[in-house]
Amino acid sequence: MKQRPLSPHLQVYRPQITSVLSILHRITGAGLTGGLLLLGWGIWSLSHSAEAYQCFTECMAHPLGKLVTIGFIWALCYHLLNGIRHLFWDAGLGFKMAAVNASGWVTVIASFVLTAVFACLYFY
Amino acid sequence: MTESCGKTHKKIETPLARAKGLGSAKSGYKHWWMQRVTALALIPLSVWLLFHLPNIFTASYAEAQLWMSDPWNAVTLLLFLWAAFYHALLGLEVIIEDYVHCHVGKPVMLIFTRFLFLGAGVMAVYAVLKINFA
Repeated sequence: MKQRPLSPHLQVYRPQITSVLSILHRITGAGLTGGLLLLGWGIWSLSHSAEAYQCFTECMAHPLGKLVTIGFIWALCYHLLNGIRHLFWDAGLGFKMAAVNASGWVTVIASFVLTAVFACLYFY
Repeated sequence: MTESCGKTHKKIETPLARAKGLGSAKSGYKHWWMQRVTALALIPLSVWLLFHLPNIFTASYAEAQLWMSDPWNAVTLLLFLWAAFYHALLGLEVIIEDYVHCHVGKPVMLIFTRFLFLGAGVMAVYAVLKINFA
């Protein structure tokens, strides 16, 4: 059988705002599934015992845990905003190239602003 | 025109009958639709979670227990968990279907993912209920 190129085709095209945000949506989505399991661990430990919950919060307080938390907040903000963009497209709205590029940049900037806001809320 | 046994012959059918025989629009459609429905539900629920995340991740045991015992927090968290685990499973299934091309690895990963997220989802829901009713 002839070996033809298969998706994801990331190596074939020059990166553009549309394609980069598209693959970021998948990457953050996959990452968030890990974050969801982490949240599940937290809830489970809280229902289990004070010791188990303490173990969980200590892991989250570790510098690596804080990094994961900030990453989780950013991924959630980005995926949420870009998801709204996708829902508008599903409704047939915002397909003009100018609108696609503009909503893309708004999504990127807003995701970082929201991450800063929620990280402050989280750590202070 | 349909082909069978190397012979081409004409079928007498209405355009509707022909359209019905094309494509699926069954379980695939439901997968796509539920991904959108859970996404819509997750807009307010995720914003709520972002505001309440410190109550689970950094609070003391007593504070977190108190927060979880509030009926509104418990109900909203249960709704979030349902929508989020459902949405996560649907999304991972699409990613595996798109990128895993191995005929053995693909079904194995799809089944494992389903078991993992159904299991973890039920555990999380059970934990919330236990804190509230035990």
